[in-house]
Amino acid sequence: MKKRYLYLLLLPGLLFLTIFMIIPILLTIGTTFFTENGFSIQGYLDFFKDRYFIEILLTTLRVSLFTTIICILLGFPAAYYISKLKQRKKAIMLLLTIFPLLTSPVVRSFSWMVIIGKNGVVNKMLMGMGLIEQPLDILYTPTAIIIGLVHLFLPLIIVTLVGVMENIETDLLKAAESLGASRLAVFSKVIIPLSVPGLVIGSILVFVGSFTAYTTPALLGGKQRVISTFLYQNAITLNEWQVASIVATIMIAVTVLIISIMNGLAKKLNPKG
Amino acid sequence: MQEKNRGLALFTLLVFLFLLGPLLIISVTSFEGGNILKFPPEELSLRWYENIFNVEMFLVAFKTSILVSLGGNLLALLLGVPAAYALSRFDFKGKSVINAFFVSPILIPGIVLGFAFLRYIVGTYQLPIYAALFVGHTVIMLPFIIRVISSSLTNFDFSIEEAAESLGASKLGTFFTVVLPNIKSGILAAVMIAFLESFNNVDISVYMTGPGVSTFPIQMLTYVENYFDPTISAISVLLMFITAFFMFIVERLMGLTYFTKR
Repeated sequence: MKKRYLYLLLLPGLLFLTIFMIIPILLTIGTTFFTENGFSIQGYLDFFKDRYFIEILLTTLRVSLFTTIICILLGFPAAYYISKLKQRKKAIMLLLTIFPLLTSPVVRSFSWMVIIGKNGVVNKMLMGMGLIEQPLDILYTPTAIIIGLVHLFLPLIIVTLVGVMENIETDLLKAAESLGASRLAVFSKVIIPLSVPGLVIGSILVFVGSFTAYTTPALLGGKQRVISTFLYQNAITLNEWQVASIVATIMIAVTVLIISIMNGLAKKLNPKG
Repeated sequence: MQEKNRGLALFTLLVFLFLLGPLLIISVTSFEGGNILKFPPEELSLRWYENIFNVEMFLVAFKTSILVSLGGNLLALLLGVPAAYALSRFDFKGKSVINAFFVSPILIPGIVLGFAFLRYIVGTYQLPIYAALFVGHTVIMLPFIIRVISSSLTNFDFSIEEAAESLGASKLGTFFTVVLPNIKSGILAAVMIAFLESFNNVDISVYMTGPGVSTFPIQMLTYVENYFDPTISAISVLLMFITAFFMFIVERLMGLTYFTKR
C-alpha cells in the first residue's frame, strides 16, 4: 500500500528527468564514441592533438584557477569579518552579498564592460590622473574574464564560508585565547582548519562555475575563447555537432573529476573526520 | 587587537565596494541624457527608460520569458511537490540515490545541458522551440523546487497528518488540508527562487532562439552586441528592483539560512 503511493509520487518527476535530461545527455556522450565503423575514440585523439583546442582548455583552466584563488583571498577575510558581526549587522551584510548573487549575470557582466572598456571608468580615471597616456586594453582579455568571474562568484564563497564559520563555537576561540594563543595562532590553528570544509565546497563551486560559465566570457572575453564559448560556437555558428558533443563530454568529465577530487580532499582534511 | 579589526573592516568594505560598485555605476549611467553611455552622465533624463518600451523585441522577449518561467514553474511544482513529499515522508531503499538524481541537473554544466536539449529535444524529439524552452526550464527549476520544499517539509510534524487520517480524512484530502497549508511559505519561496533562476538563465535559452522566439536575457545579449547605449543600464535597474523584491520576500519566508547552508 505504502509502496504504491511512493512510486506514484516519485514516478512523474523521475520519468520527466529521464526523458528530457538523462537520455539527451547520455546520447550526447554516447555519440562521441561511435563512428560509421563502430566504437572509436579517434575523435578524442584528434582533439587532444589540436593545438588550438589545447590552448582553449588551458586558458579556461588557468582562468578558473586564478578566479578561485582570488575569490578565496578576498572572500575568506570578508566572511570572517561578517561571521563575527552582531546578528542584525550580519543579516544586512548577508543581504548585500546575496543581492548580486541573484542579479542577472548579463547585468553584472555588462557593468564591467562600462568600467573596464576603452572609454570606461577605469581608463578615464587613470588618464585623468595622468598615470597613463593610452587607454589600457583590459576588456576582451583573459584578465577581463577573471575580473567578471570573481565578481560573479565572490558572493557564493562568502556566503558559504559565513555559513561554516558561524558554526565555530565562540567558546572554542575563547578557550584558545585564554590558554595563551595569539590572535594569529587562533586564526591559523583554529579558524582556518575548521573552515576547511566550507573552503573546499566554496572552491568547488567557484572553480566548476568558472570552468563552465558562458555569459561572462561571452561578453567580456571578445575573441578570447574559453571552453563554453567554444562549445557554443561549434554548436550554433559552425554547426559542428560532433565536435560540440566531444567538447560537452570533456566538460562533463572535467566537472565530475574536479568534484570527486575535491570531495576526497574534503574528507581527508576534515578535522572532525 | 583593535587595529587588526579595523584593518579587516576596511578590507571588507573594499570587497563590498568591488561587489556593489559596478551595479551602482550602471544604475547611474541609466539616467544619461545624451546618446552615449558614459560615467558620470552629462545631463540627466529618463529617456532610456522610455526607450525600453519602444524596442519591440524587448517587449516580445519579456512576455516569452514570463510565460516560460511561470509555466515551467507550474510544471516543476506538479512534478516536484509529490517527489519532495515522498522523499521527506518515507524511508525507503535507494532514497539517497533518488535524491541525488533529482538534484543532478544542477551538476551538469548549463551550457552542456542547453546543447543536449537543442540536439535531442529540438532535434530528435522534434519539439517546437517554444515547447523545448518550456521543458528545458522545467528541468533546471526542478532541483530548486525539490530542495526548498524538502527543507520546509523537514520542519513539518507528520504526526499531524496521521492524526487527521485516523480521524477518517482521506490521504489526498489530508495532503491538501493539512500538509499543504503548513508548507505554503516554503512553496512560495521555492517558486520565487526557481523563477529567478529561470528568468535569468542564459546557458539553456541561448540555444533556443527561433523566428520571433527568444528570452529576455538573450535579447539583452543580442542588444549589447549591436548597440552600446544606456538602454541596457535602464533595464538593469528594473531587473535589480525585481531581484531585490524577490529577495526581500524569500528572506521574509525562509530567513537567510537557505542561502548560507550548502
